[in-house]
Amino acid sequence: MVFLRSSLVLRRSLGLQRLCVSSSPIRGLATSASELKKTGLYDFHVANGAKMVPFAGYSMPLAYEEVGQVASHNHVRTSAGLFDVGHMVQSIFRGPTATAFLEWLTPSSLSSLSPYSSTLSVLLNERGGILDDLIITKHAEDAFYVVTNAGRRDEDLKWFNQHLAEWNAGESGSKGPVEMELLDGWGLLALQGPKAASYLQTLTSYDLAQLTFGKSAFIPVEGGFNLHVARGGYTGEDGFEISIPPSQTVEVAELLAKSPVQLTGLGARDSLRLEAGMCLYGNDLDEGTTPVEAGLTWVIGKERKENGTFIGAEGVREHLKAGPPRRRVGLVVEGAPARQGAKIFDPSTKEPLGAVTSGIPSPTLQQNIAMGYVLNGWHKKGTEVDVEVRSKMRKGVVTPMPFIKPKYWRGAA
Amino acid sequence: MQSILRKAGSSRSTALLRSQGMRPPVFGRPQLSRTLITKRYTVEHEAVEYDDATGLGLVCITDHAQSSLGDVVFVELPTLGTKVAQGDQIGAVESVKAASDIYAPVSGTIEAVNEALATQPALLNKSPEEQGWLCKIKLSEPSEMEKLLTEEAYKETWE
Repeated sequence: MVFLRSSLVLRRSLGLQRLCVSSSPIRGLATSASELKKTGLYDFHVANGAKMVPFAGYSMPLAYEEVGQVASHNHVRTSAGLFDVGHMVQSIFRGPTATAFLEWLTPSSLSSLSPYSSTLSVLLNERGGILDDLIITKHAEDAFYVVTNAGRRDEDLKWFNQHLAEWNAGESGSKGPVEMELLDGWGLLALQGPKAASYLQTLTSYDLAQLTFGKSAFIPVEGGFNLHVARGGYTGEDGFEISIPPSQTVEVAELLAKSPVQLTGLGARDSLRLEAGMCLYGNDLDEGTTPVEAGLTWVIGKERKENGTFIGAEGVREHLKAGPPRRRVGLVVEGAPARQGAKIFDPSTKEPLGAVTSGIPSPTLQQNIAMGYVLNGWHKKGTEVDVEVRSKMRKGVVTPMPFIKPKYWRGAA
Repeated sequence: MQSILRKAGSSRSTALLRSQGMRPPVFGRPQLSRTLITKRYTVEHEAVEYDDATGLGLVCITDHAQSSLGDVVFVELPTLGTKVAQGDQIGAVESVKAASDIYAPVSGTIEAVNEALATQPALLNKSPEEQGWLCKIKLSEPSEMEKLLTEEAYKETWE
């Protein structure tokens, strides 16, 4: 067995390739811990027996103690898990023209978004390729809370700063400038699973039943905290993402990491998000992919598809009108799990159709699941393809995503 | 083969010691004293246990390998009767997080595969070097055993 390769697969499947863009995997692995950034919970993880690994420039917990990835994954599906996602980049955009500014940078309809609601969105380059995916929460017309990926920190911040300067110097900005405040050092915890709400409810007087999927609120939490809590997550389960001021992060983590909640690492995070059909930037999304190809057309505001003046609109509209050249699909693969890079073929002509971008043996479904890109026309449910794993063709079937049924809280029936 | 016998002098004495001293006489098989079992390792974390009486090498992954991999959920085994050269990829071990190729530690013919792993891949975690064995190779070049690592040398590669 070649562990170098297995580590590489792991690193790639977790989106770590950015760490060593120009260096060999060996050097990437040898990156010393001192060069890696730490979230406010680093000592907390170590004290809880975490196996720390480099991820997106941070030292992050892969798993805790002897809890295997499958057990950890299953715990989140059946009970509740707590994830440190404090490596992600949190920021606030403020100013009289903040809505218009973010509608220039993204194709989302933010003017019609109601306050304290969130939406998944994308930052697009001039060609319509995805620079990053992000969550935008509107607090008011002039205030937005934005979470972007740690692995894209440098690219995103450069992009934001460059465009803020352009905006504020131009005509649009003259109606009122926009400023970005980076919440550097702030904590971000994701509490996920069917028991997440009942556990969090024991710590707050706020009626969580009122906080439905995609909504957020400042919630008083036992111990004198008042925290920004957004209902949603990256697992397909009901759950919350909780933003915490730097000085309170450890205390809040201690409060939340009690039975039945289990600390959960990056390993389970990756298998949970893939079962939920969610993209990992760097694997499933990149600058050469438009949101239409990525199956993220739904993030584009209805009224913005025709006439929206956002960066990358032309490229997006081309794909909307003519159809994208390729599409992101879910696959169930027989036999061996197909991982990132596995090639997809037409089973009769053996012509190449595309490649897998993420793939795992699904702990919940006991089937090999994957997502990848295939030529347009091969994306329909039930289409049979061949997927090459270790020089052998394996049968794959295009399968709708999410692979599991999401359990978001949309309010009392 | 002769050279292996010489090289493996130390394990032979251990094997003899075990057969004489630790096994109850009732289980003692006369041929045991003539059998030489050598266990060697590769830097890729495979082990091969060679029995010179049968000419078969039992291939497995090491305990260190299984603990690094985590929960094994799928094992791909070679096809019976396949002729393999040392270093050929003969299968793979997959956990949720990663796939690791298995390479033939020695050249020869695949004489047996551990079918139990198809339904119980977790045997690789529970008992990697015994119940979780991968395959048996009939060695075509037993001298290849000499070039593999001893247990101590193997441990030094990752410790």
